[in-house]
Amino acid sequence: MAYDKFTVLTSTAVPLPTDNVDTDQIIPARFLKATEREGFGDNLFRDWRYDVEGNPKKDFVLNDPTYSGKILVSGRNFGSGSSREHAVWALYDYGFRCVVSSFFADIFKNNCLNIGVLPVTVSPEFSDKLMDAITANPATTITVDIPSQKITLDSTGESESFDINEYKKDNMQNGFDDIDYLLSMSEEIDAFAADK
Amino acid sequence: MEKTTLFDKIWDAHVVKSVPAGPDVFFIDKHFIHEVTSPVAFLNLEKRGIGVKNPSRTVATPDHNVPTVDQDKTIKDKLSRMQVERLRENCAKYGIELHDLGSAHHGIVHVIGPELGITQPGMTIVCGDSHTSTHGAFGAIAFGIGTSEVEMVLATQCIMQSKAKKMKISIDGVAGKGVTSKDLILYVIAQISAAGATGYFVEYAGSAIQSLSMEARMTVCNMSIEMGARGGLIAPDETTFEYLKGKDYAPKGEDWDKAVAYWKTLKTDEGAVFDKEYHFDAADIEPMITYGTNPGMGIKVKGNIPTTEGMEGSNKTSYLKSLAYMGFEPGEAIKGKKVDFVFVGSCTNGRIEDIRSVAEYVKGHKKADNITAWIVPGSREVEKMAHEEGLVKILEEAGFELRQPGCSACLAMNDDKIPSGKYAVSTSNRNFEGRQGPGARTMLASPLTVAAVAIAGVICDPREVFQN
Repeated sequence: MAYDKFTVLTSTAVPLPTDNVDTDQIIPARFLKATEREGFGDNLFRDWRYDVEGNPKKDFVLNDPTYSGKILVSGRNFGSGSSREHAVWALYDYGFRCVVSSFFADIFKNNCLNIGVLPVTVSPEFSDKLMDAITANPATTITVDIPSQKITLDSTGESESFDINEYKKDNMQNGFDDIDYLLSMSEEIDAFAADK
Repeated sequence: MEKTTLFDKIWDAHVVKSVPAGPDVFFIDKHFIHEVTSPVAFLNLEKRGIGVKNPSRTVATPDHNVPTVDQDKTIKDKLSRMQVERLRENCAKYGIELHDLGSAHHGIVHVIGPELGITQPGMTIVCGDSHTSTHGAFGAIAFGIGTSEVEMVLATQCIMQSKAKKMKISIDGVAGKGVTSKDLILYVIAQISAAGATGYFVEYAGSAIQSLSMEARMTVCNMSIEMGARGGLIAPDETTFEYLKGKDYAPKGEDWDKAVAYWKTLKTDEGAVFDKEYHFDAADIEPMITYGTNPGMGIKVKGNIPTTEGMEGSNKTSYLKSLAYMGFEPGEAIKGKKVDFVFVGSCTNGRIEDIRSVAEYVKGHKKADNITAWIVPGSREVEKMAHEEGLVKILEEAGFELRQPGCSACLAMNDDKIPSGKYAVSTSNRNFEGRQGPGARTMLASPLTVAAVAIAGVICDPREVFQN
């Protein structure tokens, strides 16, 4: 369903300097039993965030009040594994609108764009720079600008451009989703399907 | 004429329209759904006030969260029950074919699709599950999608997708004794890493691939996603046609001949260009096992866990974090490590050939006392064959517990969980932290290696266990 429009976002960020964060970590399978899309944020990174008794683990970044914000800066190969869109629902429900990494898994990236979370791929060097800056000063803000496809470390003004295709760019800025587009193509699809 | 790959041929034939500077409107021939990733899609259709465009192109089965005992009774877990009931309601409401719990063709969606002959060469197939890549074994473009895309397929029979880059992985030569298709794919993933094929669609080729049975090919394609690939496929050949012939949903009579004639055209042209190619020699491959928390962390069973030499930064930190989770030290041998559970099952290795190979191996032996051994058939059909062939008796005599079909301990959504801190050697596809239960430590291996571990009680090479 439609989501809030995304044009320019300036926010503090949460650092997660771990590589290969798979979607089973983002939301473990046992929390996929809902029949509605609500409450997933509570179980975001569940087993890294809470111990078996449900107590917050102090050493996990989401439990560290020093860090907050709508941007998650993570290690390489973020979102690998299971295609569960619930992983993105959990990030969105928790309050993240943007994930920054030097490398994303494919299906995860698609799922993000489909529900209005922006995956921003940066160079490994820029990723390290962001990670270091946030860790050194948690009040550091990052600006993600979709119209100009630019991500900026506000404290130093250093920036990098990122890729997003024109179609998805337009969708994100207007809060549109693909179904609206596909439904408008109904006749073309019917004609195509006729000889399938 | 332009030389094209098998992937190009199928892809291009399913593009309704290419959006300028955007993805393709991509037509889907077959859509599989299950209870976990479909309910929100149906709910959204209702909110939009639209229905299912072509129910005959969707097939459903509950598999992810279902119990593997007492399937004839009401599901005890309330949330699981609600998801399964919602699937039943949605299928009834929209006229979608459902292979329900207890019915003759119930099973893991990626096991029943091929088994029924629904999966055919040249098709585009999607499902809200990343192991949809399994169906690529038939020369189909098959991949996993998210719930928004499930909704798109239900509503329009299309999704918006950008065409992936093309990778060819060739494995030539003859694999040694005790080396299965699971070892081939674990070896490939260890070579190119868990992210090595991200952005690509893989075609597997070479004599070692061509000589595999359909079930063994499914194991290979199944794990394409574990190296980041969108999917993987194998050109259809006589082995494919032979497997499909006479299956419930396969074409019959004249239609069959027409279909085979078309299927025979489905191959990569000589000289077609791939964006990336890898070549491996089957003779280099030995029984494999994983030691870490992603499927790229695999070694020979008789090998040592890599040291941190040459690693730095987040790479090293992540590696040590992974080993700490597993309770292993860099540089140590994996052979001889004590194991608590073995699990034979899942869409990777839950088919009849897998169960046959385990039964043949353990026949006349007993599992080690420290091992709990679960064997979960991928479908009712597999379960039935296992009974008819006398495999269940052999396995039970060896101390294995046979459960009813479902995804089971592969992702531990039901009660089949490995307890925290315990070691499981599994024929499944993912060794992520907590994948088989919170705190569970998973090592992935072939059914043969799992059988050997069950008997020995420790990590061992299946080629050595019964040597004496």
